[in-house]
Amino acid sequence: MSKTKKQLLTTGALILLGICILWAQSNFNNYTLRILNLSAIYAILGVSLNLIFGFTGQFSLGHAGFMAIGAYTTSLLIIPKYYKEMTFLIEPLIWPFSVLQLPFIVALLLGGLFAAIFAIIIGLPVLRLRGDYLGIATLGFAEIIRVIANNIPQITNGALGLKGIPAYTNLWWTLGFTVFTIFVIKRLIASSYGRALMAIRENEIAAEAIGVSLTYHKVMSFTVSAFFAGIGGGLLASLLTTIDPRAFMFVMTFNILIVVVIGGLGSITGTVIAAFLFNFMLEYLRPIEQGFDLGFISFPEIPGLRMVTFSLALLVVIIYNQNGLMGKLEFTWQGLFDFIDRIKNPKNSDEKGVS
Amino acid sequence: MTSLLKVDNITKRFGGLTAVDKFFLEINDDEIIGLIGPNGAGKTTVYNMITGIYTPTENKVYFKGEDITGLKPDKIAKKGIARTFQNIRLLENLTVLDNVMIGTHLRIKSGLFSAILRLPGYKLEEKQLHEKSIALLERVELLEFANEQAGSLPYGKQRKLEIARALATDPDLLLLDEPAAGMNPQESHELVEFIRQIKEEFGVTIFLIEHDMKVVMDICERILVLDYGKTIAEGSPAEIKNNPEVIKAYLGVDLANA
Repeated sequence: MSKTKKQLLTTGALILLGICILWAQSNFNNYTLRILNLSAIYAILGVSLNLIFGFTGQFSLGHAGFMAIGAYTTSLLIIPKYYKEMTFLIEPLIWPFSVLQLPFIVALLLGGLFAAIFAIIIGLPVLRLRGDYLGIATLGFAEIIRVIANNIPQITNGALGLKGIPAYTNLWWTLGFTVFTIFVIKRLIASSYGRALMAIRENEIAAEAIGVSLTYHKVMSFTVSAFFAGIGGGLLASLLTTIDPRAFMFVMTFNILIVVVIGGLGSITGTVIAAFLFNFMLEYLRPIEQGFDLGFISFPEIPGLRMVTFSLALLVVIIYNQNGLMGKLEFTWQGLFDFIDRIKNPKNSDEKGVS
Repeated sequence: MTSLLKVDNITKRFGGLTAVDKFFLEINDDEIIGLIGPNGAGKTTVYNMITGIYTPTENKVYFKGEDITGLKPDKIAKKGIARTFQNIRLLENLTVLDNVMIGTHLRIKSGLFSAILRLPGYKLEEKQLHEKSIALLERVELLEFANEQAGSLPYGKQRKLEIARALATDPDLLLLDEPAAGMNPQESHELVEFIRQIKEEFGVTIFLIEHDMKVVMDICERILVLDYGKTIAEGSPAEIKNNPEVIKAYLGVDLANA
């Protein structure tokens, strides 16, 4: 298939997505819109985690920390001045945050940038570690961020958290940034730098021996990942309109990890599908928490049973299908057409492969 | 005149064990030099010190007159030393082509943003890297496997791919760690020819470790023998063959007195 045709199809799909958003914003109720927004934010977070974990092979559990940095930065830059005066009761907010109020897009990008700067500072020493050790160190970092957020009331308002964050987040923002994230990460992966990242995932010693700088590429991947985690955090803050340090506990990272593992480590498509699946399932599984009666046995009301279901699902995926929904496969137009072709003419399916 | 590589009496100790003791070697352009010795003699440790995986406990390594001791492996690869591994280390889940293309990554001039934005400079470079990799694969007769997983290749072809990947880094010095391991006589004969050819075509100097004596004697102009970390002999293949010290190290008996 020619390149122009693919570009045309992609442009068409984006326009179609735009029309869908337009329609959804005016026809869906707030409940559905909220789930859709959450899903899109999870997709951003999942795809960014997949870059460092799935493509570079570095087990990072620090996503909640970067989200917190992005969320606080964005919030402080968009909350109107009089709200800030009302919220910061214990200690007044320090300059320049006390007077700044920036457009949402600038605040989001600055949130991402801030998270990225932190990623460079943390990444340089921590990314020397491998495997589980790296996981523990990054997890520690995320917890440190949370504890710090609890203890600097002049910036974060401590455990009381921030309130009155303007609710700018809508489907345009969330899905727009999802598309942007996928675009950037997809292109990064398909470039020479992306191949170097995958070389590190496959075999660090071999990668280094053929001149791939481990430090540069790991920190680069970590930083790009943190940038989008920061943006995701900012979008989430504006969706929830209130944040406090408890929102960024380890459970947050764990949820995104579930999305990435179920979707498939090393598949952007899988992550996006899993992000939507995860959030919709989380809502549709609500009834099981209310207790139910199977006739011969009745279950009492157990809050939190939904998460148990997910843990079980994760277990099943890990045991029976380690590659997740998509493995390392990606959606391509060629693949879609081949698939349609196969359904139409099941006979000559053997000769064609999925590109 | 400075030699291409000068290994100046390096020593490596692991705790109380001296793995390599005062190893000295000078390699000039266009040579093929062999390093032999019984198992555990410290040959691979010498390699690891030259390529930056280990730092020598004592003394230094110079490449083109420049001190490269303690540099990271990727920096040393950039200076122009490439290597293969005793136990093949391919990027097994990536394609054969990707393996070679990653080998060309270290010479990339376009930055990260240029690559993400697909600026014309990057596009051109990517095209050049692709063409170079294809040409390399064609040269080593692996082009037909370009899109297959590297790990699925048969053993002999994996060895060749590893050499091709090393050549993709544009090295001046190529270190081959037991290239003929696991090959039958016919295959190792072909390998000898192959190494000779790539030496000519790519203008690389070759330093190899090998257990297969026929290969070593066939191809090397100069041989060093290592035993218990010490260099016990150095010379032409003919000299090495008749050196009593070497025979003793390999066979454990003193043939001169036997």
